Amino acid sequence: MPFSTPKSAFWAGFRDALPFIVVAGPFAILFGVLATEAGLNVFETLAFSVVVIAGAAQFAALQLMEENAPTIIILASALAVNLRMAMYSASITPHLGAVPFWWRALAAYFLVDQAYALSIAKYEDEPELPLNQKLAYFFGTVAPVCPLWYVFTLVGAVIGKQIPTSWNIEFIMPLAFLAMIGPLLRTPAHMAAAATGLTVSLLAAGLPYNLGLLLGGCAGMVAGARTEVFMEGRAK
Amino acid sequence: MTGTLQLWIIIIGLGLGSFLIRFLFLGFVGDRPLPPWLLRHLRYTAVAILPALVAPLVVWPAGNDGVPHPSYMIAAAAAFLLGYFTKNVALAVAGGALSLYVLLTVF
Repeated sequence: MPFSTPKSAFWAGFRDALPFIVVAGPFAILFGVLATEAGLNVFETLAFSVVVIAGAAQFAALQLMEENAPTIIILASALAVNLRMAMYSASITPHLGAVPFWWRALAAYFLVDQAYALSIAKYEDEPELPLNQKLAYFFGTVAPVCPLWYVFTLVGAVIGKQIPTSWNIEFIMPLAFLAMIGPLLRTPAHMAAAATGLTVSLLAAGLPYNLGLLLGGCAGMVAGARTEVFMEGRAK
Repeated sequence: MTGTLQLWIIIIGLGLGSFLIRFLFLGFVGDRPLPPWLLRHLRYTAVAILPALVAPLVVWPAGNDGVPHPSYMIAAAAAFLLGYFTKNVALAVAGGALSLYVLLTVF
């Protein structure tokens, strides 16, 4: 059902994204803590989160910097982690492609995992939503998550080394993505895509530069598309 | 550890690169219609890439120095099943985190 106004669409997105505060908060704190431990000062750590705004890639870059990897390898690896966002960009374009240029640029900057996952699920659920409500919903999902990412990076940077590693808070990240996968598995094609992505990424985990992730994602995508074609053929 | 100049090259390079990746289709393609075969593949991007992102983190958890550990796999399964059956992401994360805490305390 469409929302009555863009404002109500914004607040619906905001509410749907609230659970991610529990996820993004500790994760941002962890990045702040690890970055300062790696020798970055508070300003550099905050700048990292504001400029890059991509958790997994930031951690990957940090890890490689500590290993004294060459700059070009650090950039290539961390960007490889982010290549999945090209797929986000492509898959959200049919829904948001018609909004004005600067809104698209702003949306691209904020196209983080959580905003993408919530928005695409909403758009696929309710394709009849008007364009301005789709855009408002997107920024609604961004509003609680992204500012929090900056603020809690700062908190983490200031806290420094106070958090013991035995707390395992970094495992909250995979848990969050796992929780998001369940509701996405609506058809056999979705399940085939997920199972293939999982299997291929594990088999290819030894590949350098996070290529296993990209390979798994592409293989899963093809498996989902082929399964869809197969199921349509059987239904006829 | 990395020098200051190298650090800023990484921050700015990563920021620009990440933006361009996110902007690629949204910015340059706009509302021109995309071919059906492309859309059919894009429908499965999230559901393919998220398990691919998660699987290695579960099998080789950083919290256990990258060594496989049943507690992480059980907690991951708990989070996934809670999400699948309840569709409640927050509940699933909390359930997974709680089961990991309990499992790591017990074993």
